Amino acid sequence: MENIIHITVEDRDGATQTIEVPTDINLSVMEILKASAYDILATCGGMALCATCHVQVLNGSDALPDATDQELDMLDTLPDADMESRLACQLHLTNNNDGLRLKIKGALQ
Amino acid sequence: MIKTDICIIGAGPVGLFAVFEAGLLKMRCHLIDVLPQVGGQLSEIYPHKPIYDIPGYPSIKAQELIDQQMEQIAPFQPTFTLGERVESLQKQDDGSYHVISSDGTVIHCQVVVIAGGLGCFEPRKPDLTNLELYEKSHVHYMVKDPERFRDKRIVIAGGGDSALDWTVFLANVAKEVTLVHRNDSFRGAPDSADKVYRLAQEGKINLLLSHNLVSLGGNGHLEHIHLTNKQKENVIVPTEDFIPLYGLSPKLGPIAEWGLHIDKNAIEVDTFDYATNVERIYAIGDINTYPGKLKLILCGYHEAALMCQSAFKYVYPDQKLSFKYTTVNGVNAF
Repeated sequence: MENIIHITVEDRDGATQTIEVPTDINLSVMEILKASAYDILATCGGMALCATCHVQVLNGSDALPDATDQELDMLDTLPDADMESRLACQLHLTNNNDGLRLKIKGALQ
Repeated sequence: MIKTDICIIGAGPVGLFAVFEAGLLKMRCHLIDVLPQVGGQLSEIYPHKPIYDIPGYPSIKAQELIDQQMEQIAPFQPTFTLGERVESLQKQDDGSYHVISSDGTVIHCQVVVIAGGLGCFEPRKPDLTNLELYEKSHVHYMVKDPERFRDKRIVIAGGGDSALDWTVFLANVAKEVTLVHRNDSFRGAPDSADKVYRLAQEGKINLLLSHNLVSLGGNGHLEHIHLTNKQKENVIVPTEDFIPLYGLSPKLGPIAEWGLHIDKNAIEVDTFDYATNVERIYAIGDINTYPGKLKLILCGYHEAALMCQSAFKYVYPDQKLSFKYTTVNGVNAF
């Protein structure tokens, strides 16, 4: 189908599911995860300030937009970030991101 | 002691607008904010960013909005305590409250309004064994006084600006500085990273990349930190102080201890009047939550208006509130 992709999400407890994501409604991955009932604080509402939407990209990172300096600075400060880490609030998906696989890592408090 | 009708915790756009709405009802406000200036995150984090969803302004820069709001509330002569964090509330026998700050400032008020936005930014703590054991004496989440580390052996952990900058600075102060970062490079802050690499090459600091924190060890005093390297081998680094610098994350802080109903770091309120479960305490703006909540400045403004209508009965228990339009009555300054 046009403008629908599938991404696979692994929750903190390892539970994995594939979700359908429309690419033409301009939602960030953080918003998509929240809409899919994942437990994410997103305290700052998408301004790359709180890092509670921290995800690890397990597959498909090359097709994602490059991180801005602000996102990288925030990721560098996290105790549990690695080279696959991104902030879900900064990720907007396109049809090229079909098959993206990520793991939720954001803190719950 | 400062005396006021309404004590507003948080001087962001919503807290400031509450002063206006309160002023129309002849209620005086005192605002207290942990930041040294008014404006909340608009002034602190994105003063130059344009905001597009303020009614009447197709686009307005965040700081301009705050400046305009300050002008709008000037007739109501709000007073401010800035740079102090509210630590506790004390309910008085007559139902009023004392709001007490970190610096001991006491504000006596009839109503408390929490307009705290994201909350207070507090240091993010790493996950390692025995952290609590040494937290009071040998673990430092921020560097307040660099001289404290003169001629000491220290371990700094983190990969952000602050960890890099303090590593560079303390290299000339401490006896031995070790910087631990869990990745094999620094993704941001290239200039600071270059300085750190250079210091490591010159042998002035120890740089341990791809190392993970495991535990702190010692006998009453901190003596060493236990790490693992990329090959999962144990690495023990002797140290007297541990400085984890993992940035700040927004937390509710002391507000969480006031007996208010909290859901995911936000205060539950009744949408009738944005009252919390505790009488005379309201929560408005980004810090509250209710079904359908949108974290928008304009929603906070609406919440401020309704809150004031409800708070009136505590400030003027013997008076009947009559609703008036500013177009009819104007703005009657204090």
